[in-house]
Parts: sequence; C-alpha cells; structure tokens
Amino acid sequence: MEAVKEQKKEPAKPKKDVVIEINGLKKAFGKKQVLKDINLEVDRGENLVVLGKSGEGKSVTIECIVGLLKPDAGSLKVFGDEVTNMNDKQLKELRMKIGFLFQSGALYDSMTVRENLEFPLTRVLKLTDEHEIEERIKEVLDGVGLLDAIDKLPADLSGGMRKRIGLARTLIIKPEIMLYDEPTTGLDPITSKEISELILSMQKKYKTTSIIITHDMECARIAADRIVVMDDGEYIAEGTFDALHKSKNEIVKAFFNDIL
Amino acid sequence: MDAVQEQELTGWRKWAASVGDQCIFFSRFFKNIFAGGFEWSEFVRQCYEIGYRSMMLVGITSFIMGAVLILQLRPSLVAFGEESMLPITLTVSLVREIGPVITALICSGKIASSIGAELGSMKVTEQIDAMEVSGANPLQYLVVTRILAVTFMVPLLTVIGDAIGLIGGFIAMNITDNISYVLYFHKCVASIDFSDFLPAFVKTIFFGFAIGFVGCYKGFNSNKGTASVGIAANSAVVTASLWVFVIDAMAVQITSILFYK
Repeated sequence: MEAVKEQKKEPAKPKKDVVIEINGLKKAFGKKQVLKDINLEVDRGENLVVLGKSGEGKSVTIECIVGLLKPDAGSLKVFGDEVTNMNDKQLKELRMKIGFLFQSGALYDSMTVRENLEFPLTRVLKLTDEHEIEERIKEVLDGVGLLDAIDKLPADLSGGMRKRIGLARTLIIKPEIMLYDEPTTGLDPITSKEISELILSMQKKYKTTSIIITHDMECARIAADRIVVMDDGEYIAEGTFDALHKSKNEIVKAFFNDIL
Repeated sequence: MDAVQEQELTGWRKWAASVGDQCIFFSRFFKNIFAGGFEWSEFVRQCYEIGYRSMMLVGITSFIMGAVLILQLRPSLVAFGEESMLPITLTVSLVREIGPVITALICSGKIASSIGAELGSMKVTEQIDAMEVSGANPLQYLVVTRILAVTFMVPLLTVIGDAIGLIGGFIAMNITDNISYVLYFHKCVASIDFSDFLPAFVKTIFFGFAIGFVGCYKGFNSNKGTASVGIAANSAVVTASLWVFVIDAMAVQITSILFYK
C-alpha cells in the first residue's frame, strides 16, 4: 500500500489504542474474489474514510466487521476480540457497541419514527422506563434536527431525513464504533454536506470511532481524519485528504480530479 | 447472508442445500419460541392482520362454496330420493375436507404471499440486516410472531368458514326447497361427531404452520434485488399450496388409520 504522508516531520506518536484490526482479510462470492488481502487498523476516536469504485468490496469489509458476512480467510479483531470466531451471543454483545448506518437508512417502514427509535431501546438495551425512552428519543432527534418528524412514517420523509433518522436510530444506543455505508449517496450536494457535517459533529459529541464508506469527496474532506483507497480488493493508498490529493497514483488521482 | 446463497450450487446439491437451510431455519424458529422475550404485541398485531383481515375473503368464499355444493349435490340426491340427506352430505364434506382445504388455499394465496413479499421487501431494503446489526433478534420479532399467528388463526378461520359455508348451504336449499333453519342446523350438527371435527381441526394447525413457515422462509431468505420480492411472494404461494395438499394427503391416511378402520 502506498503510504502518502504529508511532507513534514511527524512528532513521536503516542501509543495507539487500536479498536479495529484487520489482517489478510479475504472474501469471495462464487468465483469473484471481492476482498483479496485487506490489512487495516483503526484507532479509537478516528474517522476513517474508505474510497473506492463501486463493487470493489468496500461495504463487504464493514459487513464482515459486524458479522453480517463471514470472511473466507484472515483475522478481524474488534476491541481485541476475533469476530470470525464469535458465537451468536458474543456477536450480539459486540453489535450493541457498533452502529451501522445503511445506504438507504433502512428504517422500518411499518413503524413511525418514534417506534423506529424505540425499537433498539426496548429490544436491545431492554429499557422499560417510558420517561427514559422518551428522553433518549428526543435527545437524538434533537441532535439530528428532526424533532418535528417524531410521529411521521418513513414514507413521509425525504431521502436526507431518512438518513438523519437512520443515524439517530444507530446513535440512540450510544455505540462506540459507527460504520457508515455510503451515507451521502443519492442526496443533493447541500444535503450531502449537511449529513457529512452531522457525521463529524456526532462523532465529536458521542466520541465514536468511525469507518465511512463513500464516493463523495466532499464528505471525505469534511469527515476524514484518514483516508484509504481501495482498488481490486486491496487498499492501494492511505493518508490524509491533503496528502492523497497530491498523490501520483492514477487511481487516487481519479478520485481527486475535480477537487480544487 | 446465508451460506447457501453465497455458493453457486446446481442440481441436487442446490436442492439438498435448500432442504438443509430450511431445517436450520426451522430449528432457529423453534429455539426462538422459547428464548424468552416473546413479542406479544407483535403477535397480537399479526393475528389481527392475518386473521381478521382474511375473514371477509374466507367468509365470502365459504358462503359461495356451501351454496354451490348444495346446488350441485341436489340433482344427484333427488335422483335417489335422498334430498333430505343434503344438509348431512354438505356438513360432512365441508367439515372434513372442503372447508379446511379451501380456507388453507385462500390463506396460502393471501397470507403466504403477503408475508413473503413483506419480509422480502424488508430484506431488499436492508431492514432485516439493520435489525440484526443493532443486536435485536429479527427472527423473534418477524418470524416467530408471524408463523405462530398463522398457525393460530388458520384453524379459527376454518371453523368460521365452515359455519358460514353451512349458512350458504341453508340459503341455497331454501331457493328450491323449504326447510326451517332449526331442522337444517339440527341435521347438520347431528351428522358430525368428534372423529369428523378433530382430525380436520388438527390438520388446519399444520396447514397454518406450513403457510406461515413457507412465507417467512421465502421472504427472509430472498435475494437482494427488487425482482426477488416478487419471486419470494410467488414462490411462497406455490410452495405453501403444494404443502397444503401434501399435508392433506398425509392427514387422510393417518385419520383413516386412527378413526375409520
């Protein structure tokens, strides 16, 4: 992997607190090898953006992290525990610490916004105190600026609002890790920017570690502490937004072409 | 994603993998019934959606079926001078066979398809994945409640359908003959006993389970594409209908051995 660093002497780094550690991860669907050899470390509190073409397996990586997919080979540790060997109970405990924002928002369309937000509180955290549930719902809805939408159905919300509610639903259980699967895809530039800024502000507020899968360079610029670029099932470049902007690699340059 | 879907299997291997997958799905369903935290409110909601909302369709169909059976049977029985046997013939055929099978087939069409399409659509829009990654149990919330609701409601719908079918028969009889409702229903009730009602009732429980299970399995395991929602719904109806006939054939054999030997 090409490690692109900014051209200045870096001070000695403090000891890393690695939250996600991936080594030699491989995954194939039929004959197509989607992940060839993924190696990655994500530090606590870091916002990592993964860039790459469609169908390169960016989403597959984060689906492996939450155990939705089982990798064919390699090691995948979250909080030091090997995910690939976890049983259902361990996986459930891990998932309670991870928030996953799907590309579509994945709101439960037969439930209102309130019921969508209640669902993880009553089913996952097993909260029974109605006052506490109401408080937490209002807190996260206020955080994403959609307190007025509390009794609406997902069908009555715009794409951007659905993403915000999806974000609120994942944040309501106060996860330590947030995984975003193309959070700004299909949104207009203004809403995309709002969502990207919301991701950043939520990360600061809840002090989460995040992996953001995106094609949106504006989202990467706003939210990323570090970016990795994926091509043909492998990470080919890594660095900050400014450092990758100056990269000579043709694939990396293709992503930054339109950025001034 | 399930292991079966990830591999490109063909022929008997695909069939065997699918059977294995259904066995695993069944064991997961069974385990989740007793896992604690049963979703009572969702179960009651599903009973309302599945049972109450199917009642009109089952009622109309059973009414017509009862009336048509009387009108079709009458010429044959009149030829033997046995038109007084009409209520008895109708009751026995309706309670033993036609009522349960017709109700189950209607439920296969209405309920299995709606469950298959609903869960298939939830799969496509990643709602099931969202439930799973949040640490909630989609199987307990979506599958256990639906299968148990269908298993519970199909027998009830059958009993209601049988009763409405008899009313349809009474009205049809009074088109050509003149029979009091007291005499008609007395003949109906007197013509059946425990061995007519119980096996028929028990098999509707299996019909209900098969309809719910097939609908949930097809929807829960549909692929991630818009077309797969239609495929899941269609496949659920076809498979559930087929299972109704298979269970019916097995039930006839068992009933014959136990009650009519």
